Amino acid sequence: MKKPAPRESSKSFKIDSPESLQLFKKSIVAGESATGKEVVICCGSGCMSSGSEHVREAFVSESKQQGLEDEVTIKRSGCRGLCVRGPIVVVDPDDIFYQYVTKEDVPEIISETLLENRVVEKLLDEDPATGKKYLHEDDIPFYKKQKRVVLKNCGRIDPTSIEDYIKVDGFQAVAKVVSRMTPEEVIEDIKLSGLRGRGGAGFPTGIKWETAGNAPGEEKYIICNGDEGDPGAFMDRSVMEGDPFSVLEGMMIAGYAVGASRGIIYVRAEYPLAVHHLSTAIAQCADLGLLGRDVMGSGFDFEIKIVKGAGAFVCGEETALIASVEGRSGQPRPKPPFPAIQGLWGKPTIINNVETLVNVSRIMLNGAEWYSKIGTETNKGTKIFSLVGTVRNVGLVEVEMGTTLREIIYDVGGGIPGGKRFKAVQTGGPSGGCIPEELLDLPVEYETLANVGSIMGSGGMLVMDESTCIVNIARYFLDFAQHESCGQCVPCRLGTKQMFKILKDITKGEGNPQDINTLFYLAEAVKAGSICGLGMTVPNPVLSTIKYFRDEYREHIHEKRCRALVCRSLISYHIKEYKCKACLKCLQACPVDAIIGAKWQVHEIDQTKCVKCGTCMEVCPSRFSAVECVSGQVIED
Amino acid sequence: MTKHVPLTINGVEVRAPEGTTILTAAQDAGIYIPTLCHCPDVSSQGVCRLCLVKIEKRRRLEPSCRTLVEEGMVVVTDDAEIEQLRQVILELILSDHDFNCLLCPKSGNCRLQELVTHIDYNERRFNRFEHVAKELPIDTSNPFFNFNPNKCIHCTICVRTCNEISGTHAIDMAHRGYDLKVSTFANKPLKESVCVSCGECVERCPVGALTPKKVEHPTREVKTTCTHCGVGCGLYLGIRGGAIIRARGDRENPVNQGNLCVRGRYGHEFVDCHERLSFPLVRAYDEYAQASSIVDEVTEKGKPVTAPLVKREGKFVEITWDQAIKYVASTLSHYKGDQFSAISSAKCTNEENYLFQKFVRVVMGTNNIDHCARL
Repeated sequence: MKKPAPRESSKSFKIDSPESLQLFKKSIVAGESATGKEVVICCGSGCMSSGSEHVREAFVSESKQQGLEDEVTIKRSGCRGLCVRGPIVVVDPDDIFYQYVTKEDVPEIISETLLENRVVEKLLDEDPATGKKYLHEDDIPFYKKQKRVVLKNCGRIDPTSIEDYIKVDGFQAVAKVVSRMTPEEVIEDIKLSGLRGRGGAGFPTGIKWETAGNAPGEEKYIICNGDEGDPGAFMDRSVMEGDPFSVLEGMMIAGYAVGASRGIIYVRAEYPLAVHHLSTAIAQCADLGLLGRDVMGSGFDFEIKIVKGAGAFVCGEETALIASVEGRSGQPRPKPPFPAIQGLWGKPTIINNVETLVNVSRIMLNGAEWYSKIGTETNKGTKIFSLVGTVRNVGLVEVEMGTTLREIIYDVGGGIPGGKRFKAVQTGGPSGGCIPEELLDLPVEYETLANVGSIMGSGGMLVMDESTCIVNIARYFLDFAQHESCGQCVPCRLGTKQMFKILKDITKGEGNPQDINTLFYLAEAVKAGSICGLGMTVPNPVLSTIKYFRDEYREHIHEKRCRALVCRSLISYHIKEYKCKACLKCLQACPVDAIIGAKWQVHEIDQTKCVKCGTCMEVCPSRFSAVECVSGQVIED
Repeated sequence: MTKHVPLTINGVEVRAPEGTTILTAAQDAGIYIPTLCHCPDVSSQGVCRLCLVKIEKRRRLEPSCRTLVEEGMVVVTDDAEIEQLRQVILELILSDHDFNCLLCPKSGNCRLQELVTHIDYNERRFNRFEHVAKELPIDTSNPFFNFNPNKCIHCTICVRTCNEISGTHAIDMAHRGYDLKVSTFANKPLKESVCVSCGECVERCPVGALTPKKVEHPTREVKTTCTHCGVGCGLYLGIRGGAIIRARGDRENPVNQGNLCVRGRYGHEFVDCHERLSFPLVRAYDEYAQASSIVDEVTEKGKPVTAPLVKREGKFVEITWDQAIKYVASTLSHYKGDQFSAISSAKCTNEENYLFQKFVRVVMGTNNIDHCARL
């Protein structure tokens, strides 16, 4: 990772008091261009992979060609959430939301929108049912039901510019905390706000801080846990990439509250953009004197370092994370002692999730009372979910606590595409349970999710439709679990292995009637017997699917049938004699020459050769539809 | 005086000194809690999860080997739920263990075997498990013991022993999940690692993963002091058929508290070695020439030589200790000061070594005295 270059403009200037922060903010606002025309291109990982960097380059060269460089600012931003429609471009000050922008669209946007103030209709979001076009972000149904507290700045500011952040009230919370509050007052405020850890367990943040604050010791640490390992989860990643300054601000507040002068951000090495943005942000803060000795003249010292993780899922567990930071292999240890008493290098250590820390900076900016009004009685604030799977609006959503799953999936997520039926939703990544349709009206809270056998986790939300085989999904997650188990304790190391093996047998049609029972005992043992949170939660996919989808397990075991037609060993492809027109298409396409036939001779699949790839079904013209996929039934010819 | 705290284990009131674990308290009270990864000599890791117990007002089951006693604690060490959990864990361990017990040198002394007799298991469930016979190579590089990773139960006692008792840090747990295994640095054979072959880990391995190369069982043991160096560790020599076949540390001995080094534990073959020198060698040029034929006879018969001998023209001559000492004294009197130098032995005691250097410095008048330091 290349080191961010020192910035010339602010080299001499230091923010050494809350007043100088206000002055700095005023000078930024005053220096803005008069027209205020801005093109904001989402450069989050999602849009980046669909080519937003090319779009940005096109904007830069095109605006140069048209002589607009001075009038229009072209800026990168973090994730806007609606990743599936990327690359997303927003034209300010009119806040026009364009989606699926390609570099070929750039000249049109410049000539139409920027020069003529006309809207390019084809790039707007359209309601699939009514055909209505939405001009602004706030009108789009995806954003309507969301409440963006943590993601407030994500997609709006340039994550590599501290000026942009200061313009949107950045570092005001730190200024307020270090100049006007005592550490005890800060902790009291966090307790009042009702904030609970967003890492998954939902432990009250205020109590954690109080414990560390009261723990004896000169040296204390703040660790920001950015080791987001769940497959399909990208909440923390997007926040670190899109709004790194808020994370730093939250850490500074935490440091002030518990009396720590060192902060560590533990982030996966697989998130290079997050590492880059965070290190740029740290360098910029240090340049302006916001990090280092004597923050804003308060006598509070704070420095932040980045530690890159090697990508073990278990290192998201706090004691394993500490081991990893210390340079040992990432293995959790039994608690107590809790890290708040004995953490990194044996010193009191606060480990908070990225989202929790951003929440902290919002709370200190707007007040605990404001925060405690959001959410439900026991679950305050909002929660970010990465909504993935078979849902229309795949992306990052932030909703108020207590929003029901149905609202998230259907109103925000836009429902299931392709006219298929909803089957289950899995919350909390690989350690979460699968929640069936009848529980969709469940409000999203730590306790309610736990009661139905799932977890909040860090906020993964995987939507599955009827074409998903539930046994196969459980097998998939157990495969992940057995690879990611640190292997230290017996139930987790061997229990996940055996569960995976049994589930694999079931999907292969080799299950026996006792298997559901065996799985259940194994899952319970792993849950009760493991040392850390990983072991305690990885059986959730198995337990919840046995609970809610036992029928499907039975079908696999007794009838050797996979209703979703996913498990290869249980399905077979078959050509209906009376429909086949002997067109040779499938015969030529079959990769293993399993189809017997010739011109004028109806085709037939040689089941002994067939590898069940489904190519024949794909190539069979839809007007014939002669190939069918069946499971658990006798084929009569 | 340590404070004793009252607590209840399985409905029995017991008192245990503050700072002891539930496991120790239970064992002292005669209550059995199964465990595999616990070893009283080293710190507790709590990884086998067999010693989990129920504690009132605690949400989860706690490992008794790591949980300290508290006043008024109510502990249940065995009920249907715990029994069920232990059964599953035992079945899991067995599913990953190469249980060729009949041919295992540890058989009869194996903690896993012992547990199978204590904890019931569900045969049907156990048979359903995949017996993943790992076929990892057996490390036979060490001259004194073998490491068979296929029998390893990953209790980490050897790792903790190496770190805490030997202080060598030759081995650690490597890899993750099912691939977890005990490994030396860079997975080199033990002989190429920094292992000092002290055998402390072999002594503590609860199963047949670490076994000495010589597995004969002694018929009787003799308590003695190690002759290898001046430390004077206490040990028990195992005897079978009139020969020493094994040594183990004496736990009651205040010097070594049961620990031994590679020499004390494995270096006893010299006792019965026919090449062993148990006599002083002196190079002499005198009237003992005709005695050489006698000595030839002695060495050819393979009898150990028990009397001092004088070497003459490459041959040994049997003489008495008195003669030998007289001979040495008369020879020494020819030399003085730096004409003379001496090397003493690590096998002597501190007192003997002290006397010897005193003799060299004061009587012989030179500082040319050294020591072989180790054997």
